[in-house]
Amino acid sequence: MQALTNRLKVVSRKPMTFWERMYLPAILKGMIITFSHIFKKRPTINYPEKTRPFSPVFRGLQILNRDEEGREKCTACGLCAVACPAEAITMEAAERKVGEEHLYKEEKYAAKYEINMLRCIFCGFCEEACPKDAIYLSETFAPSNFQRKGFIYGKEDLLIPDPKKDPEAYKKALGSRAKHPEGHGNEH
Amino acid sequence: MAEEQKIFKVTIDNITIDVPAGTTILNAARKIGGEVAPPAMCYYSKLKGSGGKCRTCLVEVVSGSTVDPRPMPKLVASCRTNVMDGMVVKNITSEKVIDVRKGVVEFLLINHPLDCPVCDQAGECHLQDLTYSHGAEQTRYEFERRTFVREDIGDYIQLHMTRCILCYRCIYVADQLTNKRVHGILDRGDKSEISTYISKAIENDFSGNMIDVCPVGALTDRTFRFKNRVWFLKPVDAHRDCDKCHGQVTLWNRGDEVFRVTARKDEWGEVQTLSDGKPGWICNTCRFEKKHASDWVIEGPTKINRHSVISQGHYVGNVGMIMPPDPLDKVLFGRQPHLLLDIHDVSKVNQLEVHLSELEGPAVSNTFNGDPHASGHNVTDVKEGV
Repeated sequence: MQALTNRLKVVSRKPMTFWERMYLPAILKGMIITFSHIFKKRPTINYPEKTRPFSPVFRGLQILNRDEEGREKCTACGLCAVACPAEAITMEAAERKVGEEHLYKEEKYAAKYEINMLRCIFCGFCEEACPKDAIYLSETFAPSNFQRKGFIYGKEDLLIPDPKKDPEAYKKALGSRAKHPEGHGNEH
Repeated sequence: MAEEQKIFKVTIDNITIDVPAGTTILNAARKIGGEVAPPAMCYYSKLKGSGGKCRTCLVEVVSGSTVDPRPMPKLVASCRTNVMDGMVVKNITSEKVIDVRKGVVEFLLINHPLDCPVCDQAGECHLQDLTYSHGAEQTRYEFERRTFVREDIGDYIQLHMTRCILCYRCIYVADQLTNKRVHGILDRGDKSEISTYISKAIENDFSGNMIDVCPVGALTDRTFRFKNRVWFLKPVDAHRDCDKCHGQVTLWNRGDEVFRVTARKDEWGEVQTLSDGKPGWICNTCRFEKKHASDWVIEGPTKINRHSVISQGHYVGNVGMIMPPDPLDKVLFGRQPHLLLDIHDVSKVNQLEVHLSELEGPAVSNTFNGDPHASGHNVTDVKEGV
């Protein structure tokens, strides 16, 4: 049979020599390799005490955006839901009433907005589809849970903190990438 | 003695077709079908006198006729120009036409707001389709767009004058379908607007057809306002016995709920022609008041163009008439599952007590929080013209 590559190595079936049969030198060789790793730089970190910087293209949990005045940007246009390959997003729209102008940016808004995180595959299509700059994938890992009912994320879970009422939490939620809109926050 | 009808030979985009004398270029192109047919925003074959206003159907006539083969000096509006024997027309094969159409779209969009995410027409809007197929990606317009206060004309129809492109189709509907027109175009030029004097209600039985003929979202169904996006609804053909109209409609369902009723549309986005040759306009009773599945006899899913966003739900076969069998019965042999997550326990969307289709107007915040019958009243605020 013709070999597919030239990396073929025939297994040696020769009987072992006395030196090889002693095993101890080979064990010692292995110990030296193991011991030498103690002085090398550790490739792991102690998560969650320490975290690694996120990749500029990291896609974590979705976040619903607000504008500078704290009004919700989403208008329930349904483009994220139609773009979603996992059909994880559902919403119900409502009309803004008089006196609600400080809550919602446009005359129509998402009264209910839900993402089923069991279904979500974090592809980021919702972010791509959004014409209103209203949904972003943040730098948060999707949490684990023993029960499924905790995975239906409503608006109260998804909305970013109000920048007027809670500017610190808002800043934190923006993440490291928001500080460098032209590049990303992880160059250093 | 009836004179024998002359048959003219006309070539459009290198496809030759025989049409009777007196046919317009647009209708001849529609006979060929497909891409050859120029888009039309104002022409509506079922409305006498429509056409000639939007200029999207401009085509190049390379050769006037066999008798006089000179080309026409300027592009002509194909909905208003009749064919001549031996006429050679270029539509999409002409670079000039493509370029001009791009300009026309830009003009149509000058005052049109970019509020597709809010607009109920999105997904079935002719201007949206036209812009995607012929328009430029960016606007060059830097000035303020004209804005109007949103207005309810009658109980059922809402007018968003900001979105209007002045195609006059609704005026022709009022003139030709109803016995008394109560709305029209006021003012002229840049100031012209469609309105009723002193917000006079439109109460005629066939006034709802204005919604169907409107190519943009200027006239929309108030009973459907903000209820759902059209592409999440399931269009099914249905009929009922109606003493005012023929009762053949398209229902737009979510589950068993009827969210919206419209007339059936043909491939050009116009109301279908019935088997007796008449246009299939429907009455307001069918359109606005029969919002229960029990009012209708469902025939089957509406055929939607595969490339339309509405067809993304892939509703074919018996969908809409027969519930699919519950697979759990089969695999569990009638046993009840131990751990079953009822989605209504955790999800706030699609609450069982809220019936959006039965609300008169759009849902408001109370609708989902304790008052399932609350619906929005008309709030006349000026839309930002951006």
